[in-house]
Amino acid sequence: MIVAKQKPFEEIVDMVKDADKLLIVGCNECVTVCEAGGKKEVGILASALRMYFANQGREVQIDERTLERQCDHEYLEEIRDIADTYDAILSLACGVGVQFMAEKYHSQFVYPGVNTCFLGATEERGVWTERCQACGSCILAVTGGICPVSRCAKRILNGPCGGSTKGKCEINKEVDCAWQLIVDRLKALDRFSDYEKITPLKDWSTDRAGGPRKVVREDVKL
Amino acid sequence: MTSPKTPSKLEKILAAGHLAVTSECGPPRGSDIAEVEKKANLIKDHVDAINVTDNQTSVTRLCSLAACIKIKQMGLEPVLQMVTRDRNRIALQSDILGAAAFDICTMLCLSGDHQSFGDCATGQNVYDLDSMQLIQTVRHMRDEGKFLGGADIHRPPQMFVGAAANPFADPYEIRVPRLAKKIAAGAEFIQTQCIYNIDKFEDWIRMARERGLTEKVYILAGVTPLKSAGMAKYMKNRVPGMDVPDEVVQRMADTPKEKQAEEGIKICIETIQRLKEVPGVAGFHIMAIEWEEMVPRIVEESGLYPRPAVD
Repeated sequence: MIVAKQKPFEEIVDMVKDADKLLIVGCNECVTVCEAGGKKEVGILASALRMYFANQGREVQIDERTLERQCDHEYLEEIRDIADTYDAILSLACGVGVQFMAEKYHSQFVYPGVNTCFLGATEERGVWTERCQACGSCILAVTGGICPVSRCAKRILNGPCGGSTKGKCEINKEVDCAWQLIVDRLKALDRFSDYEKITPLKDWSTDRAGGPRKVVREDVKL
Repeated sequence: MTSPKTPSKLEKILAAGHLAVTSECGPPRGSDIAEVEKKANLIKDHVDAINVTDNQTSVTRLCSLAACIKIKQMGLEPVLQMVTRDRNRIALQSDILGAAAFDICTMLCLSGDHQSFGDCATGQNVYDLDSMQLIQTVRHMRDEGKFLGGADIHRPPQMFVGAAANPFADPYEIRVPRLAKKIAAGAEFIQTQCIYNIDKFEDWIRMARERGLTEKVYILAGVTPLKSAGMAKYMKNRVPGMDVPDEVVQRMADTPKEKQAEEGIKICIETIQRLKEVPGVAGFHIMAIEWEEMVPRIVEESGLYPRPAVD
């Protein structure tokens, strides 16, 4: 899923401070799972903002909505009738949702309430970690199912670098060395000899390097 | 090993069967090239080639290539260190040609420290290639005479290609396979991480020997004289991938402060003398960090002076 983290309250206040009528829109997908922008977080943020404005002696109307998804026309249409009655929309969706909202309601101020962090998984309640950078050309088959592009600080394809110490990365003793994990896994799979195969220069054109990406499936288009 | 393939002085020395001696020179944090000249002059008669570090520890410095050109113009032999952290494949190939234009013909391919250690911790890293792929790239440019894109290179670079090896990093079981991989990628010489744990180094090079790797690559053992007990502790605890055994730290700590530098030099010389006898060791890479003036003495007292002459 896409993992996000709510922006600092002061930053949010700074974005929406001029609005007299504000709509906070949550998303029921990834940001709900990572507890950054679901219905619960919309409610908590709305209360905090109401208190803040009340303390400032300002009367600001703050409404709450949470859509099934903000990356889908269908669900964004649900606020078509009310969107332009607000001075601003604060979206707690990931960067995709915020942009899709802004494209749809292009005369409206749409602000991001979260920082979109990475594609990751829930390690445990309250802990999410990165697993994928969407490079567009998956190499997990040769790295024992562990991704060096997203999990190595240098995204080294023939690792580890000389900074791997006791299974940890040189940048931080809390971070696992992806290449230690890869080596361990290759051994467990009885494929240790694969370690010596050199991974050739990667075609990064399917990554960010190739510009904005697009997937078109003629077979499923309506 | 075979006869030299490049005009590299380092390659000629190694191919002639001499124990090679290299040292390094970190470029200044400014544009005064005289500082490079000064450091190079301190060591020039005692080493065969001078490595020039490439923004080491991710701290921005005068570029390695410019400093190498200066050293070359002094009539000395530079080893261009190149990290893949800061340049994509266009810039890497371009800088290799830039070096070749000045007949710089020895380089060391590295991945580089992560930028979070340096003075631009909020910057991006590139890592379009890793060190292994940089080795492949230089060899491709030299041997095929072609760019990565396939076009012919007019006057291809004549680079003698080196790589780093850290016999002490984890996971230990891949240290020799990783060396084999670098050789397969095209590395012709290796400069190792600083050696303090001699037993472990000897174990590593024995395994390399058993796989026949020391017949395929020249291994220059890396040494760094310790200046103080504090430095020993720092290297042990804070520098990633460094193995400083307790007895070395203790030996430095047991020495009175004013004699610690002397003790560090002594340890360094003892290390070289012991490793000179180890089969598979083809030379030494003396990294006297901001202590270049000690290199001549280390070389002399290790019995590595005078340096051999080659054509």
